[in-house]
Amino acid sequence: MNSGLRAPFDREFAIIQDDLLKMHQLIDEAVARSYASLAGRDPELARQVIDDDEIINQLRFKIEEASLALIATQQPTATDLRKVIAIMHIVVELERMGDHATGIATTVLLMGDEPSLKPLVDLSKMVELGREMLDDSIQALINQDTERAKKIAARDDEMDKYYRAIFDELVDIMARQPDAAPRATYLLWCAHNVERIGDRVTNIAERVVFVSTGDMQELNIKEQQI
Amino acid sequence: MTWCKILGMKSSGNHAKVEVRDLDFYYGHFKALSDISLTIRQNEITALIGPSGCGKSTFLRCINRMNDTISGTRIVGEVLIDGKDIYQDGIDLADLRRRVGMVFQKPNPFPQSIFDNVAFGPRVLGQVNNRRRLKEVVEESLKAVALIDQVRDSLDESALNLSLGEQQRLCLARVLAVRPEIILMDEPCSALDPIDTLRIEELMLRLKNDYTIVIVTHNMQQAARVSDRTGLFWLGELVEFDITNNIFTRPQEQRTEDYISGRVG
Ligand SMILES: Nc1ncnc2c1ncn2[C@@H]1O[C@H](COP(=O)(O)OP(=O)(O)O)[C@@H](O)[C@H]1O
Ligand SMILES: [Mg+2]
Repeated sequence: MNSGLRAPFDREFAIIQDDLLKMHQLIDEAVARSYASLAGRDPELARQVIDDDEIINQLRFKIEEASLALIATQQPTATDLRKVIAIMHIVVELERMGDHATGIATTVLLMGDEPSLKPLVDLSKMVELGREMLDDSIQALINQDTERAKKIAARDDEMDKYYRAIFDELVDIMARQPDAAPRATYLLWCAHNVERIGDRVTNIAERVVFVSTGDMQELNIKEQQI
Repeated sequence: MTWCKILGMKSSGNHAKVEVRDLDFYYGHFKALSDISLTIRQNEITALIGPSGCGKSTFLRCINRMNDTISGTRIVGEVLIDGKDIYQDGIDLADLRRRVGMVFQKPNPFPQSIFDNVAFGPRVLGQVNNRRRLKEVVEESLKAVALIDQVRDSLDESALNLSLGEQQRLCLARVLAVRPEIILMDEPCSALDPIDTLRIEELMLRLKNDYTIVIVTHNMQQAARVSDRTGLFWLGELVEFDITNNIFTRPQEQRTEDYISGRVG
């Protein structure tokens, strides 16, 4: 069938997709800045991340609203319907990633100007990995690239390994120097927030597979493995 | 919606093309419309939905005074087009009906050639008096309804040979040929199959850039798909009138909710 007859749907969906890309960009920035505020102990920057989260939240509502209206008015079916439903799931994941960035920023405020416990080598790699994974998942979504989406789960395993290493190291520090426990815990919170970003990216990748195939499948089964 | 404010968006309203104020309408002693007020905006598609017999067609005919042709009718209230009351004395009815064209439920081409169907209005109104210009007007109108490619070589053939969907587009071309400002469509797709229906909808979406469109439809999905604003009529009253997205996602009136969810009766 001539896709021109569904032009109204396509047009509205393109607007939603643009907003989603915008949201991705804001979250990528939020994650990068929250890490920068941690690495540079910059409470001013941390506060900005926290303030700007409101924009991400509102963009989520806007996208949800538009998706709702699109379903109610354009009655999408098949792939079109899956696309809209997937977007509604994905914006929630994205919005929560914003919360993880805010979580890191909040921790930075709690840390005050206590010296850092250790260099943030692994954590900086986790942040890079998380941002790359996120970018990958969004590209996979836009291009309906199932193969690319499926590869994301493997990268999340890498993320988990980093987290595990940081976790073990910090627990070890806490055992040996009890007075460093608060500082170690702060770092652990930050690492945990980044690790959760990886999980949420994996959920996005699952939605990408769902859009293309109609299959709901879990891409990462680590929960059971641990 | 809070996000509008936070994301710095503003909602703008187009020019009020038709303003209906406190309208009552009677067929003899029967009050078919009661206290209707609504604003139809330029370059928008306004959809009117509601159960059969609730007054949608009657309302539509109030906008081009087609009800005048029915004896024993009476109207109270105002209908303003571009701020001017069309029920005032001294209104040029022929000009009003040129400005406000109408397409009906059943495609009703004249039993004449395709060309003559489209040329009918401009000829009768004396808008065009040279053959070459007339041909241009006919072709532009057929182009506007995406029919020109099918009929370019058969302009002299009978319009009745066209398919129903094509006939309905021809009727739309016939309206466009006289350069109207407002197009009233009374269930224009009810005789058409789903694909021809989508074709008409696509046309409407294109035409709204140049015209103001009011469509009566008993297909509420169609109203949802195509319109900017939707009004629900019920027993001669306008129950609710709002942005179409709102009507179909968060209607304010229980009767609207019931009707669009198919929970009536
Ligand atoms: N020419 C007429 N004479 C008398 N009553 C009419 C006439 N046309 C419509 N009606 C009545 O007015 C009411 C509204 O009709 P109409 O506007 O055709 O409703 P709708 O288009 O919503 O189906 C109905 O009760 C109908 O019987
Ligand atoms: Mg009717």
